[in-house]
Amino acid sequence: MIRMKPALTAALIAILAVSCGGNGDSPGEQRRDRVDILGAGATFPAPLITAMADEYRDLTRNRVTVNYQSIGSGGGIRQFIEQTVMFGMSEAFLSDEVMNNVEQATGGRAFNMPITLADVVPTYNVPGVGSGLVFSGELLVEIFMGDITRWNHARISELNPDVDLPNLPLTVVHRSDGSGTTNVWTSYLSRVSDRWRERVGFATSVNWPTGIGGNGNEGVAGAVQNTTGAIGYNSFAYALLNNMSYGSVINAAGNIIEPSFEATTEAANIELPDDTRILFTNTPAEYGYPIAGFAWMLIYENLDANRAISNRREAKELINFLVWSITEGQELSELLGFARLPEAAVEKSIQMIRQLKWNGELIGQQVLDEQDLLSSVPRPENYL
Amino acid sequence: MTSDSDTSNNGNKEARELLRRPPSAIYRWLGDRIFAVVVVVLGMSIIALAAAMAYVLYDEGSLSLWQFGFWDFIRGTTWDPAVQLVFGALPFLFGTVVTSVAALLISFFPAIAVAIFTAEYAPRWLASIIDNLIQLIAAVPSVVIGIWGIFVLAPWMRDHVYMPIFTWAETSYPALLPILGNPMGYGMATATIVLSLMIVPYTTALTKDAIKSVPVEQREASRALGATKWEVIRMAVLPYARGGILAGAILSLGRAIGETMAVAMLIGNKNTLPFSIFGAGATMPSVIVNEFREAVESLHLSSLMAIGFTLFIIALVVNLAAAYMTRKFSIKGGQVV
Amino acid sequence: MKTLLQRNIRDRIMESLLVLSTIVVLLPLIIILVHVVVNGISALNWDFFTQELGSPSRALQGRPTGLVHTILGTLVVDFLALFLAVPIGFGAGIMLSEFPDHKLNPTLRVMNDTLNGMPAILKGLLAFVLIVKPMGTFSGLAGAVALAFVMIPIIARTTESALMSIPWSIREAGLAIGLPRWRVVLSTVMPAARFGLVTGTLIAFARAAGEAAPLLFTSFGNNYLPNHWLGMLLGPVDTLPQRLYSLAISPYSHWHSMGWAAAIVLLVFVIVCFGTARYLTRQKH
Repeated sequence: MIRMKPALTAALIAILAVSCGGNGDSPGEQRRDRVDILGAGATFPAPLITAMADEYRDLTRNRVTVNYQSIGSGGGIRQFIEQTVMFGMSEAFLSDEVMNNVEQATGGRAFNMPITLADVVPTYNVPGVGSGLVFSGELLVEIFMGDITRWNHARISELNPDVDLPNLPLTVVHRSDGSGTTNVWTSYLSRVSDRWRERVGFATSVNWPTGIGGNGNEGVAGAVQNTTGAIGYNSFAYALLNNMSYGSVINAAGNIIEPSFEATTEAANIELPDDTRILFTNTPAEYGYPIAGFAWMLIYENLDANRAISNRREAKELINFLVWSITEGQELSELLGFARLPEAAVEKSIQMIRQLKWNGELIGQQVLDEQDLLSSVPRPENYL
Repeated sequence: MTSDSDTSNNGNKEARELLRRPPSAIYRWLGDRIFAVVVVVLGMSIIALAAAMAYVLYDEGSLSLWQFGFWDFIRGTTWDPAVQLVFGALPFLFGTVVTSVAALLISFFPAIAVAIFTAEYAPRWLASIIDNLIQLIAAVPSVVIGIWGIFVLAPWMRDHVYMPIFTWAETSYPALLPILGNPMGYGMATATIVLSLMIVPYTTALTKDAIKSVPVEQREASRALGATKWEVIRMAVLPYARGGILAGAILSLGRAIGETMAVAMLIGNKNTLPFSIFGAGATMPSVIVNEFREAVESLHLSSLMAIGFTLFIIALVVNLAAAYMTRKFSIKGGQVV
Repeated sequence: MKTLLQRNIRDRIMESLLVLSTIVVLLPLIIILVHVVVNGISALNWDFFTQELGSPSRALQGRPTGLVHTILGTLVVDFLALFLAVPIGFGAGIMLSEFPDHKLNPTLRVMNDTLNGMPAILKGLLAFVLIVKPMGTFSGLAGAVALAFVMIPIIARTTESALMSIPWSIREAGLAIGLPRWRVVLSTVMPAARFGLVTGTLIAFARAAGEAAPLLFTSFGNNYLPNHWLGMLLGPVDTLPQRLYSLAISPYSHWHSMGWAAAIVLLVFVIVCFGTARYLTRQKH
C-alpha cells in the first residue's frame, strides 16, 4: 500500500501530461489568449447554456470557454453574492434586500437578465388516457390540495367531457428538492387561488398539503410513470422528450392552451418592467401558456466589482457571450426543448447590457457598437 | 496465520541486524518522541476537523437557532419555507433516528453472517470474490442506487410486498392501516431497506478483520473439546471478535445517519409528522440535500444549516452512547495493556 | 444434554443460514450491476473515452461527445484525496491503537465517529469554507479535500481496528530485542496488519469515489479539459459521480445512457483499484 503510492502518482502525472499536452495543439501564444468564463446556478436552463457555451467555443475557435455548472438557483444567487462566479443564473429574481445589498457593496446595481423561459406542465399516468387532458387552475389547486382523490371526479370530467376517465385513486407527486420548477408551479397555483396562497404559498420548496415527493425531474417522472393514477408536474422539455402524458391548461383569458414553445414565448410577450423582475404565471397574454417564467442571468453592473472577473478582457468576452446568447444563441432553443425569449425581453436585456461598466467605462455599449460594426462588415470565414 | 510467520521472519532479520549494531539511545529516544508527536498531531487534526465542522454549521445556522431557540427548533413540527417561514426539525430528527437504527438492525446479522461465511467456510477463491463484491457495494454511487430504487425496487416492493400486506391488513386488522400508511413504494420502508444494504460493507469488513485475528490456539482448544464448527465460532471466535463487530456497527450507523442521496430519492419526502411504515417520510440529510441548492431566503438556508448542526449534536450523542456501550461490553481482544 | 446428532444438524442449519445471508446481501448488488451495465453499455464507445462532453446538442446531433475530462478529473481528485487522507487516517488509527492510554483517545474516537455521521454534502460545505473561499475559486484541490474529509474517519476507524487485531505479543517481541517503538509499529505491526489496513483504505476510497454531493461546491464541474494541466488542481474539474448525477437528471435519453456508462466506468475504476491494491500487498510474501 505504502509502496504503491509513488508509482501511482507517477503514472497519474504521466497520464495528465500526455492528455493535456495532446489537447494543447495550438501554439503557446494562442493559449495565453484564451479566456475562461465561469457561471453557475439554476439546473433547468443548464442544458441550453452548456449548448450555447459549446457552440460559442466552436465559433471562437476554442478561444472562449464558458463553464456553466448547475448548482441550483439558490446556489447561483449565493455564488453570485460570494463573487466566485462571473455570472449567476436563477429561476427566482433577486429580492429587493439582495439588490440593495449589492448596490451598497459595489456601488452599482445587480442586473437580472432574462436568458430563457421555464415552462411547467401537469404530467399524469392514467391508463387509456394520453396527452391532452384539460385542467383549469382551480382544478389543479383542488387536486394538489388533496380535495380530489379519484380520477372520475365530476370536476375533472366536466372539463373533459369526451374522455372516459376511470374510477382510479389519484396520487399527487411533487418535487421534493427545491427547484425553479416548483417555484413556477406554486406561483401559478398561488395566482389562481387565494386559498393556496394563504396556506401553501410559493417558493422553490413549500409545505405540501398532500402527496409524495420525488427527487428531481427524474424522481417525479419515475414516480408518475410507475404509479397508476399519479399526477405530477415536470418541465415541458422533460415531459416532451421522455414521452410522458401531459395536460393542457386553461389560461387567464379562458383559452385552452396546449403546451408548446410558441405558447410559452407568447406568455412572456407582455408589458415588462425595466429590471424584468416580474412573475408572469397566469399570464394576461391571450394565447400564452399560463405556467411559465423567466430564468435570469445575474450580473453586476460594475463588472470590476466582481472579484471573479480579473481583467477588462474577461469582462469584455463575458459581455460578448451575453449578447450572443440572447440573440443568435437562441437558435439552439427548440432542439433542446426550450422556448425562445420574446422580443420584449431581448430588448430589455440589451438595455441592461448597455449600462455595464468596467471601472466606470461603458464597455457594454462598446461591445454592442463593435458587434453592430461586425454585422455590417462581412465577417471572417468560419466565424459564423 | 501467514502474516504471523511473516512478521516473525521480519523480526528475526531485525534482531540479527541489532545484534550487529545496536541503535544508539538518542536515536531511540528522539525517534519515539518524534513518532509520538507526529501521530498525536495527526490524531488531533481529526478532532480539529470535527470542531471546525461544528463551528461552521453553528455559524451558518445561528440566524435560525437564535430566532427559534435550539430546543424549540428541534421540537418544532412545522417546516414551511413559503408562507409562515417557520422551521422545526422534529420530523427529520424522527426520520433519521428511525431509518438509521432500523437499517442497522436489519443489516447487522446478515453482515456478520457474510463475514463468518467468508472467513470460516468459503474456499479462498470464493471468499476473495465475495469480499471484493461486498466492498463494491460501498462504491456504487448513491445516485445510481437511488435511480435504480425509483425505477426497479420501489415498484417491485409495492406490488409484491407492501400491497399484499396492506390488503391483508385491510380485511383482517383495519386498526393497523394508519401505522402501515399508503403503500406507494416510495417511503420509509423502501429507504430503510436500501440503507441497510448500503451499510453492510462496514460491519462485514471490521467483523472479518476481528475474526481473522482470533488466535489459532483459541479455535484449536475448543475443537479439541469436541465442539462442532459452529460451536467453535459461537463460543471461541465471536466473543473474541466483539470489539471489531461493535466498531463495525458504529461505523455502519454513522454511514446510515449521514446517507443522503439514495434516501432523498426513495423516502417520499414528506415534511410533516406523523410518518408511517410504508408512507413517505424524511430525514435530516435528505431535507438538507433537497433544499440546500435552491434555498433563497436566508432564514431558510440558515435553518438547513441548523439542521446540520442538530445532526452533529445527534451524531455526537449517539456516538457517546455507543462509546459507553463499547467500554462496558467489549473485552479488548488479546490486549495486555 | 443435546445429542451429537442434534448438534450436527444445528451446525448444518447455521451453515445454510450463513450462505443464505450472503446471497441475500449480494443479490441486490448483482441486480444493480446488471441494471447499470444493461443501461449504459450502449454508450461506451471510443468517443466516450476520448472526447469532451461539450453540450447535449452534440449528442442530439450525433456529433462526438464523451467524458475524457471527467475520467481524468476523477483520477486526479480521488488519488489526491487518498494522498491527503491516508496519513491523517493512519496517524489517528495508530494513536488509538498504539497509544491506548492517551488522554485524548476517547474524544478522538467519538469526534471521529461523529464526523463519519455527517452527510457528505456538509463535508463539501466545510471544504468550501476552508479552501474555496480563501482561494477565491473552485478547484480540484478543494474537491480532493472534501473527499478526504469523507475518507478520513473511515480510514481512522478501520486502521485502529486492523492494528488492534495484531496480538500484543508481537509488539512485545519487537520491544524486547531493543527496537524503538516507532520501528515496532512501522515495520512490524503495520506490515502484519496490512490486509486490514488495505481493506479499510479501499472501503474509504470506494465510498468517497461514489460521492457527488461534496464535489458540487468544491471541484464544481467542467464540460471540457482545463486549458492548462495545473487547471486540474487549481481550476474547476469534472468528476464521474457528479457528472453522472447531472446526466441522469437531464431530459435527454442520450445523456441518460451516458450517465449509466459513467457509472460503469466508475465501478470498473474502483474494481481495478481494488485489484491493484490486493495484488501489490500480496506480492510482499
